[in-house]
Amino acid sequence: MFTFALVLTDPYKIMTKRNFILLFFALSLAFTLAAQHESQTPQAEIKDTTSLHQEHPVAAEAAGHEAAAEGHGHAEYDPAGTAIHHISDANVYSILDFVRIPLPMILYAPDKGWDMFLSNKFHPGHHEDGHAAYNGYVMHHGSVYRIADPSFQQSEAEVEGFEHKIEERDGKPIDVYFAKINGQDLRLDPRTTLDGGVLGGGITSFYDFSITKNVMSMLLVSLLLLFFFTRAARAYKTNPDKSPKGVQNVLETMFMYIRDEVAIPFIGKDKYMKYLPLLMSIFFFVLGLNLFGQVPFLGSVNVTGNLSVTMIIALVVFVIVNINGNKHYWAHIFWMPGVPVPVKILLAGVEFMSLFIKPLTLTLRLAGNISAGHIAILSFIGLIFIFGKSGESLSGGAIGTAMAIPLTLFMMAIELIVAFVQAFVFTILTASYIGAAIEDAHHGGDHAHAAH
Amino acid sequence: MIALLSFTPFQPTPGLAIWSLLIFLLFWFIMGKFAFTPIAKALEQRESDIQHALDAAKSAKEEMATLKAQNERILAEAREEKAKILQEAKEIKNQTIAEAKEKAKEEASKIISASRNEIENQKKAAIAEIKNQVGGMAIDIAEKLVRKQLAGNAENEAYVKSLVDEFNLN
Repeated sequence: MFTFALVLTDPYKIMTKRNFILLFFALSLAFTLAAQHESQTPQAEIKDTTSLHQEHPVAAEAAGHEAAAEGHGHAEYDPAGTAIHHISDANVYSILDFVRIPLPMILYAPDKGWDMFLSNKFHPGHHEDGHAAYNGYVMHHGSVYRIADPSFQQSEAEVEGFEHKIEERDGKPIDVYFAKINGQDLRLDPRTTLDGGVLGGGITSFYDFSITKNVMSMLLVSLLLLFFFTRAARAYKTNPDKSPKGVQNVLETMFMYIRDEVAIPFIGKDKYMKYLPLLMSIFFFVLGLNLFGQVPFLGSVNVTGNLSVTMIIALVVFVIVNINGNKHYWAHIFWMPGVPVPVKILLAGVEFMSLFIKPLTLTLRLAGNISAGHIAILSFIGLIFIFGKSGESLSGGAIGTAMAIPLTLFMMAIELIVAFVQAFVFTILTASYIGAAIEDAHHGGDHAHAAH
Repeated sequence: MIALLSFTPFQPTPGLAIWSLLIFLLFWFIMGKFAFTPIAKALEQRESDIQHALDAAKSAKEEMATLKAQNERILAEAREEKAKILQEAKEIKNQTIAEAKEKAKEEASKIISASRNEIENQKKAAIAEIKNQVGGMAIDIAEKLVRKQLAGNAENEAYVKSLVDEFNLN
């Protein structure tokens, strides 16, 4: 959406298709080169004994099964960890490894109260690791952690490095991080997550309500969409009798498609207007964020690949579907007409579960697809580091780059399709759920349902 | 290496969730109010305008066709009327001519018969006059003749007398 709109708005008319493709290639090349630069940085840092990224030898031993290479000459490249780091939300907006835009931190610890400050208090550096602790909080891999030790009372302190261990909790391995401050390894509490331990999180000593990178991206994309759409809406008002042009035309094409292929067929011509704003909001919000995450050099944010975000959209859909559900809809869930009583009871259970499975699949499908796309791209770029042995072998790096460019380009093309498809799928499923909830019992007969 | 279980993008965080909810609801509300609803209405308006324009064009076409048919009908009627009027005019002309002829004939015959009567009368009068004059002249002549001869002839005198009697003019 974003790139399309840029190409098609008037001041950007010179941006022809060919220019755009050339730019795309140039950016990809620059991206891989920059990535190689990044790959060589740890090597340089290793020589420097004050490096933040160097894993502490003691911790490496303590971790036991940690890669032995860490703490020695080369920081071993960890594709999975890197990918997860890059697709995770962050408290700092990094563009490549050069620009770090501080973001507002809003932290709440039940025992301490609220803390609000800008994330540059952490002095985030390479890999979004903070060089400083502030009010008992530190930044590691872009995320905020709280120093668990209550005896640590310094409001500002220098962080010398971070340690990572894998511990067992309820028979499951979890990541535990330590910050080295004043020569001491201090255990860190991650922020509270709502997965109840299923995904390695849980309720901890503090909550992070910060305006994160994802929140910032959502705001930015929403404002961009608002700008383009209000412009288009104005165009309809000022020249209602003219054929649409530029951004208005691009948006209208998608708008009409969603209206004619999604809203009207599923909801019906007489009722669709009520739900159209929601369907359009979902489609354009998701699409805008999907595409925004695809733009190289803009932080490659993974908003729609984040479960918190997709969960919320699915929750909104769940609420809208169920508050609008009519008698007919509830009858089909709890007392299916036209089947024997034992089947009715069985179906009630299944239907009741499907009530919650529907938003859950919406949540997981979108987050999974977008995260997977980002991981695939990052993995292909990771080929450069794997072949280049983290900057040790230049020829290997060259081979890796040669492989990574076409693969990444291919993946980006696929992701472009996925961005549209997933936004469309989310919207069409929402429309079908709403349609099912508000559908009138027009097939009067009790067994008619069997024909569905 | 980190444990893949702590897949941070999939750990729902309350902060991001709350902000997402807030931003999405605002987005929905603002975009719905200022973009999606006006655009949807504008599109519907445009579609109905187009439909109306098409309908209007169609009805105009139909109207044109009926008008044309009507015009043709009127034209045909006018032509018929014209022919009828011409026919009638011709008939009237012929009739007038015939009547005039008839009347002229009648008049002529009347005049002729009147003239005939007149001529007859004149003739009769002329004949009567001639008769009278001839009679007078004959009487004169006869008188003179008779006077000369009768001077001594009683027989002749009687004869003349019988002749004159015979001259009872018809």
